[in-house]
Amino acid sequence: MTDEGRLETFVRGCEAVPGHRPWPRVRAGRAQWRALADLLAKTEWELLALWAEPAEVHVALRDETTLAVVSHPCPEGRFPSLGRIRPGAIRMERAVHDLFGLLAEGRADDRPWLDHGRWPVTAPLGKERAPRLGPPREAADYGFLPVEGEGLHEIPVGPVHAGIIEPGHFRFHANGETVARLEERLGYVHKGIESLMQGRTADEAARLAARVSGDSTVAHSLAFARAVEAAAETTAPPRADALRAVMAELERIANHLGDFGAICNDASFGFIHAHAMALRELVLRAAGACFGHRLMMDRVVPGGVACDLSAKGAATLKRLIAEMRPRFEALVEVYDNKPSLLDRTVTTGVTLTHLVHRFAAGGYVGRAAGRGMDARKVPGYPPYERLDFEVPVLIEGDVNARVWIRFTEIGESLRLLAQLLDHLPSGEVRRSVPGRAGEGLAIVEGFRGDVLTWVALDGEGRVRRCHPRDPSWLQWPLLEAAILGNIVADFPLCNKSFNCSYSGHDL
Amino acid sequence: MLSFLLQLVQLLLVLLLAPLLTGFVRTLKARLVGRRGPSPAQPYRDLWRLLRKEAVVAENASWVFRSAPSLVFALSWLAAALVPTFALDLPLLRAADLIALVAILGSARFLQALAGMDVGTSFGGIGSSREMMIASLAEPAILLVIFTISLFIHSTMLPHIAGFVLAGEVGIRVSLGLALIALIMVAIAETGRIPVDNPATHLELTMVHEAMVLEYSGRHLALIEAGQMVRLLFFVSLIAAIFAPWGIAEASTAEGVGLVGIGLALYLGKVFAGGLLLALFETGIAKMRVFRVSEFLAGALLLSLLATIFLYVSQSL
Repeated sequence: MTDEGRLETFVRGCEAVPGHRPWPRVRAGRAQWRALADLLAKTEWELLALWAEPAEVHVALRDETTLAVVSHPCPEGRFPSLGRIRPGAIRMERAVHDLFGLLAEGRADDRPWLDHGRWPVTAPLGKERAPRLGPPREAADYGFLPVEGEGLHEIPVGPVHAGIIEPGHFRFHANGETVARLEERLGYVHKGIESLMQGRTADEAARLAARVSGDSTVAHSLAFARAVEAAAETTAPPRADALRAVMAELERIANHLGDFGAICNDASFGFIHAHAMALRELVLRAAGACFGHRLMMDRVVPGGVACDLSAKGAATLKRLIAEMRPRFEALVEVYDNKPSLLDRTVTTGVTLTHLVHRFAAGGYVGRAAGRGMDARKVPGYPPYERLDFEVPVLIEGDVNARVWIRFTEIGESLRLLAQLLDHLPSGEVRRSVPGRAGEGLAIVEGFRGDVLTWVALDGEGRVRRCHPRDPSWLQWPLLEAAILGNIVADFPLCNKSFNCSYSGHDL
Repeated sequence: MLSFLLQLVQLLLVLLLAPLLTGFVRTLKARLVGRRGPSPAQPYRDLWRLLRKEAVVAENASWVFRSAPSLVFALSWLAAALVPTFALDLPLLRAADLIALVAILGSARFLQALAGMDVGTSFGGIGSSREMMIASLAEPAILLVIFTISLFIHSTMLPHIAGFVLAGEVGIRVSLGLALIALIMVAIAETGRIPVDNPATHLELTMVHEAMVLEYSGRHLALIEAGQMVRLLFFVSLIAAIFAPWGIAEASTAEGVGLVGIGLALYLGKVFAGGLLLALFETGIAKMRVFRVSEFLAGALLLSLLATIFLYVSQSL
């Protein structure tokens, strides 16, 4: 590879911003930002996240060797769009515009995203924060893509669904039963988490981070805690690292089991659903017994963990692993020997490998289509470097592949748990975090994929700005692509196999 | 006089038994997957709850939407009352012609599909279009089954058919076996069971029957649900009356009261055996893709065609 195509070379050519850990942050002027856009068109660099502060946009990038944050000051409130080069950034730019009033020049899509016209203010996080004038916008007042082509009809679904799931609007353009286009509209569960975090202490903000997406509460807490620790130049004690990993793997197992059951239930195969949910319940009860909360919410905190694992708790978890494995493997056997079920999942909702790479989609969505990124391996974080585990990768990209990635990951997580419990370090589980200024970035692997959190602390250790980027940001757009050419009735199955977070995405 | 009384008993029996059958299947299915499940009496409570609730009707709903539930329910009830269940000598059975039964059910489905499209929501339209696709394939299959049976028995009247089979004039025939399988497949499609439709789903995009009735609530919904339950009982009774009529009392004289009692007990046994088989089948299979339904029903059509051909082949030997 030429020197020019390396992220490191580009980063070295920009002005470094001190106090950003553990990866560098650099400031790019207008010309450099434009050069970055050109480089993104030519290279395979992955755009992991795009977020903002009132007068600056940040973008997290990664190539094979380097991870870096590039910032572009935009006091005039405008910056050249990266979304026109990298479609994964389009929704992020729209969100930045809604929250900060910063405009992406040459943007591919000028519609609002998170702001549905019903907030009392516009640009709530920006410099130009102002009360909204005029009446709230009607819910239907949104420029949906027009139906183009003969014989197509439109099927609006949601945001309120018949099942107990989160709200999101899906608009299908269908030719009979075949989907010609799917357009998503999200933002219905916007809670203003980023704005609520500002000015709070790290411990207070950690409680908010734990609530970004309830099913990934451990992953989001962990990403936030690690970002704060990086910003304050401290680390968690070794025992805390191990306990965090125990909780993260328990969360992964519980959610993968829930997804497995729900996917089968969407194909109306209730047997696996009932048994997978029973197994999930075992995991949650064990988590409740060991950590005092079934979902382990607020158990991972900046500086360590909020509760220790007793010897009795460790024994409970070991019994859980021993009980889980045969029952889980028997269920996989049922799944794999059920032609009527496989007929629904095989070749349904295929995601293409080049799109998965283009959008840097992580988790089972990426791994089922040939992108084997796992934040536990790359960039890696303790204690995983001393543990033995495999990251499964398949290339089919269909619902069946996403189910199989989950199977393999459950098996690997059970192995990881056994290793962790056999070699639990002793010692303290929490250190106090010094209140100093700094910026930190952390990437951890949640059950959906890589959770990225960026935190800027002020001199007293309060949060100046925090951006938790859920993996769903990079997966939701791929769902629109995966459903093309499938039938409308298969959408629930595809959607469940993605299981993107609404809450984590809407912030 | 007695026959009128028995007819009244049958009318009420199918109405009262239908929710129990549906509840029985639900409970069994829950037990089969390892859940405790609701009591088999739950459908009665559900219907009672719905009946007491206010019916919310869309503003742009026409009289079609409002009148469809009662009509659909009445037609389903009528169809179920026409099938000989435990006695043959009933006044209404003179109308129990198989072709008439298909017409009655077809009318009910037509009304339901109209009502599904009446409000103009996309789900109603999807449901109606899918229901009509299924119906257009199921009706030829069921008519061909009737054709095969009538070739045997020279009648399409259910009491004659049941009497003929009861008299032992047909042995085990390949044709009848094929017709039975075809009828079961059609019944699964017509009653909206897995693998064609899933009556328990919450996913609006995959629904067929449930999508059509998504806009209904309160007493309207109660009538539709009850109609659907009666429909399930109708198909179980129909299959029992044609292929296993044993025990149906032929005469309802004063001496025949004991026979009627036996017929009643046997009928209940047949219904719950049908429910058990349905629960076992539904637990063991996933729902098929919407477009596989046409292949499934084409299979039913093919089997009933084969049944006819086998009949001619065996007769010419």
